[in-house]
Amino acid sequence: MEYGEAIRTGFHYLLESDRSVIVIGQGLWSPWYVGDTMRDLEKEFGTDRVIDTPVSELACTGAGVGAALCGYRPIVTHPRVDFALLATDQMVNQAAKWNSMFGGTSPVPVVFRMIVNRGGEQGAQHSQSLYSWFAHIPGLRVVVPATPQDAQDLLVAATLSDDPVVYIDDRWLYDWDQAVTAPRAINLASQGPLVLRHGTDITLVGLSWTTRLLMDAANLLQTEGLSCEVVDLRVINPFDASVVAQSVSKTKRLLVAEGDWVTCGVGAEVITRVIEELGPHALSVAPKRVGLVDAPAPTSKPLENNYYPKVQDIVKHVNEMMKWQ
Amino acid sequence: MRDPEYEGLGTLRSPEEHRTPVVTTGFDEQLLLRWHRAMVLIRRAEEVIAEMIESGEVRCPCHLGIGQEAVAVGVASELTSSDRCFGAHRSHSHYLALGAPVEGLLAEVLGRSTGCSGGFGGSMHLKAPEFGLVGTVPIVGATIPIAVGAALALKLDGGNFVAVSFLGDGATEEGVFHESLNLAASMRLPVLFVIENNLYASHLHIDYRQPGDALVRYADAHHVVRELVDGNNVVEVAQATKRLLATVRSERRPAVLEAVTYRWRGHVGHREDVDVGVERRDNLPSWKQRDPIARLEQGMLSLNPQIENQLAKNRSEVDLEIIEALSRARAAPYPNESAVIASVYSTSVNSKGSV
Repeated sequence: MEYGEAIRTGFHYLLESDRSVIVIGQGLWSPWYVGDTMRDLEKEFGTDRVIDTPVSELACTGAGVGAALCGYRPIVTHPRVDFALLATDQMVNQAAKWNSMFGGTSPVPVVFRMIVNRGGEQGAQHSQSLYSWFAHIPGLRVVVPATPQDAQDLLVAATLSDDPVVYIDDRWLYDWDQAVTAPRAINLASQGPLVLRHGTDITLVGLSWTTRLLMDAANLLQTEGLSCEVVDLRVINPFDASVVAQSVSKTKRLLVAEGDWVTCGVGAEVITRVIEELGPHALSVAPKRVGLVDAPAPTSKPLENNYYPKVQDIVKHVNEMMKWQ
Repeated sequence: MRDPEYEGLGTLRSPEEHRTPVVTTGFDEQLLLRWHRAMVLIRRAEEVIAEMIESGEVRCPCHLGIGQEAVAVGVASELTSSDRCFGAHRSHSHYLALGAPVEGLLAEVLGRSTGCSGGFGGSMHLKAPEFGLVGTVPIVGATIPIAVGAALALKLDGGNFVAVSFLGDGATEEGVFHESLNLAASMRLPVLFVIENNLYASHLHIDYRQPGDALVRYADAHHVVRELVDGNNVVEVAQATKRLLATVRSERRPAVLEAVTYRWRGHVGHREDVDVGVERRDNLPSWKQRDPIARLEQGMLSLNPQIENQLAKNRSEVDLEIIEALSRARAAPYPNESAVIASVYSTSVNSKGSV
């Protein structure tokens, strides 16, 4: 099953099995905005539960928070991460803080689903992922599914969580095709990073789209005789470094690829946590962060093409790191 | 109903007008006494909080609504505990008017674990869901769309309960107010927006902030029914609320109530507004002549001079209630340190649905 279809399967399971689940956001009735991930859901479950909205990100996100405070499990959908920034107050000041501000008695079971949709010469305001922004905020859980299975399962887990969850999916993954088991209720609090591929020479850490890059790179590197371990982060807030640390204690080498700016990014957090956990001599070679240069996304095709890391970039960096013993 | 398109607030913004006793003819005396007691409770509780701010015992930012009591009491009179209300930074009155215990408020501003928010909220984050108050927060305008979402939930629930968003005139300058009116109107959601127009956003008069002073005009732009009333007349507020809520409950559509009032203290803290400009300093003594409590008392006394005994009883009962509540609040412990981390995330994963 493809990643995009797996998201739809998750939505279908949630809407069918739980009357409290509703979906609200811009473009939900239009594949132009959300791909096939919500195809015809409003026809099956009704436009009062799958709600396409006015162009009001802030009010619609606030409405999701309000419905969540009154017994529902809304999934607020933003067709671009960039657009969700208009709703920052409701996500960061409100949803993330209500439980704490009211002494642990006001959980907000809302999902903020944001879609990364880069490439296609869309430029600076249609391309961002901003993972580490949301991971910085206590009170938000942040999930970044890479595989089709997780696209489905983490959507279900996010929606069943009593906490506000940022769920970020990536349209560059929508055609990733893998076997997917049927949806079931999952406790998000029990979910964290997973080893997707076992290896002994180097630990490659990714999230969302970059995990796919790393898996492709690991396959190529295997043909060159290198054994790469790939860790998919899956959940970046609350952040659990133990799986990565355990891997690095074996490989002594660490590369983190994130589809985002590296400054103050997820990679910085991963590397710091590993060193904090394993000590200053945990690595045999300097760690490497692969991500975007510190510039907004360009539009012009050749510039855009250079802007995003490729499988070959990962392979090159790994080979350089392997020169050091 | 006035037509603000032509008149604006007119005399409603003048402290020299609307000073006459509240006309209470035809109203049940027990109902009037309940309104009086609720207003006196709000007034006295906030005066006690003001004293504790001045003495340094209360340190959290407190935005007092002394002078505005009739708005909260008049609106709350028409609500049930299953309606869902939301407030902002100046919401002691909403909390108390809905019937929540004063001890929970006093303990909360004192940072005690017995506070209505477990000592984690202070004055600006109050809740009393069993009385209908889901929450109040100090980001201006933040609870407006949240109330719209509550209305969405109530609509999906069926039944005829409503959401209420208490907001100030300053919040109508936030974009989200307009987004929320549009969303509620286009989705036909049962929410009452109560705009307490006290003419000031913090220190700045509405004449410096908006081209018109009557905020019901925004309702017209979104095809939302609305009323404009003297916010210092509890009878007028309650009657307008009753009319609007009849529409909201039966037709499942939003409404706007604008109540014109005035606060007697500064934007934040215990001081009167002697420090925020000549205009306000000059107007405050006049506005105190438009006191919502005194006007209600005058109206009741004009019909029944013997009612003074009951009014006095209200005052003394309220004073005793506050003294006892304050004593218990002061004796309560501070929240446990471990709760700082423990309250960030919920611990359970229990779907309210059928999973």
